[in-house]
Amino acid sequence: MMTAPAPLHIPDGFLSPAVAALGWMLAIIFVSLGIRHTGRQLGDRMIPMMGVLAAFIFAAQAVNFPVAAGTSGHMIGAALAAIVLGPWASLLVLTVVVGTQALLFQDGGLIALGSNIVNMGALAAFSGYAAYRAVVRLAGDHRAARLGGAFAAAWVSVEAGAIATSIELALSGTTDINLALPAMASVHALIGIGEGLLTAGALTILMASRPEVLLHAEHAPGRRQAVFALGGLALVLFLALAAPLASVSPDGLMAVARDQGFDGVTRALWSGPAANYLMPGVDDPAWSTIAAVAIGSLVVFGVAIGVGRLSRRSRATG
Amino acid sequence: MHLHLVDRYRAGTSIAHRLDPRVKILLVLTYILGLTLAPPGAWVSYAAFFGLALAAAAFSGLGLTFAVRRSYVAIPFILAAAALPFTVPGPTVLTLPVLGWAVSGPGLVRFVSIAVRTWLAVQAAVLLTATTTFPDLLWALGALKVPSALVSVVGLMYRYLFLAGDEALRMMRARQARAAALPGARRPPVWWRGQVAGRMIGSLFLRAIERSERVYGAMLARGYDGQSRSLIHFQMSARDWAALGAGLLLAAGCLGLQGVA
Repeated sequence: MMTAPAPLHIPDGFLSPAVAALGWMLAIIFVSLGIRHTGRQLGDRMIPMMGVLAAFIFAAQAVNFPVAAGTSGHMIGAALAAIVLGPWASLLVLTVVVGTQALLFQDGGLIALGSNIVNMGALAAFSGYAAYRAVVRLAGDHRAARLGGAFAAAWVSVEAGAIATSIELALSGTTDINLALPAMASVHALIGIGEGLLTAGALTILMASRPEVLLHAEHAPGRRQAVFALGGLALVLFLALAAPLASVSPDGLMAVARDQGFDGVTRALWSGPAANYLMPGVDDPAWSTIAAVAIGSLVVFGVAIGVGRLSRRSRATG
Repeated sequence: MHLHLVDRYRAGTSIAHRLDPRVKILLVLTYILGLTLAPPGAWVSYAAFFGLALAAAAFSGLGLTFAVRRSYVAIPFILAAAALPFTVPGPTVLTLPVLGWAVSGPGLVRFVSIAVRTWLAVQAAVLLTATTTFPDLLWALGALKVPSALVSVVGLMYRYLFLAGDEALRMMRARQARAAALPGARRPPVWWRGQVAGRMIGSLFLRAIERSERVYGAMLARGYDGQSRSLIHFQMSARDWAALGAGLLLAAGCLGLQGVA
């Protein structure tokens, strides 16, 4: 957790034209779906509500707390927005925040904005929403489960954005996946804990003073579509990682192969059985990181659900 | 502190200030797209693009170094590419003295290229926001077919951005005023501090929801019917068309220069 925003706002110059174009394509689809669903959810109320809440996210990012040795943590806010507003409305709020950060404050690029919207808007909102709903559904609808769900949602949403960012950078040849993915995933595992504390803390106030506010998201339109979209995004990222470009920036490796006269050998390998790339073994840092994050997510989920169930049982008996 | 809510507009009457905001947005996007398309190591193109940035700075009347001075924002992210000189395979050009890591030529070229492109792209965006007021920028986005709902939300957010920021700062000042501690006493644990900050955010959120309800009521009272209307209206003058044409040609020229050189 640092005072500086964690490097998720990709600036211009870091993404290859193809990755940037794909990011914009997805962003346009998600934002137009988001406008439609949110219009159904809120009607005329949409513009003032989304606007004031986007301003709130900016303000919330200013609230920090000292962590250790001069560093401080602050909130990103995607999970809180997703829990309270539902997946599509929070996608819109986050799109507005990310877009303003790029346009007004040069925090993140303009050509890279599509990818930034996908990472910090769509992925963070959908994964946060899905995680929260899953915990609440499995552990029962009560206070401890909601707080646990909020923590899990925040952690998952931060990790999802970080993983997507490093995969996009690696696809663009800007970084080595085996360095970037473990580094980003471990830094954001810590940031995710801070985000989880803040989100759960915020939710205690909401549950205590305006519990009806939390009902919005439970009936938000397009819930199922958001989960499908999340699955689709995860699949795209998985395939990108499983594709031959996974381990080193591809053109660099191909160039070396040509220089060394291994061209034919590499070509055979590239087009070889998928097993070569899908099962690279445990010593491949990118894949073992993905495995670690998956296990971490399961642990966070398990603890959240367990705490939720236990607290309900103790309340029932005591 | 993450609050950098300062309006980036610099009042002025320069040529860049008076240009149609649609033209400015298109030119900045073309410029950044051109940089994105320039391959690694296209030094001639990069130099030409830097020339364009300097020319735009001259037209803005804000001083040649204005955009350069404000372009530091992207520096932290450049770290993300800092490993490239060591990971991209290729002939070793130098070895780090203490660590003994080999720096590869192609890796170094790619790293420096990314840094230069990012630096130039940020300058273009800085000049855009320094010479265009935010309402003009929003009008232009709407005119360029960004969905009107999105543009309206951004406009509304901008009105309450500084208010919400001040509210957060007041709340933090209050926390500081009440957080007394005996000298030598142990600080409360991190998770507790995080929870307190989280509750502050929760009450900020409630205030935001309540404010949005009041704002909506006030809008309805004044006849809001779901449509946003604006008095801003620009018409493309001959000079705007000329600037657009010249800018597009120059950007293409910068990109093509590498092939010629």
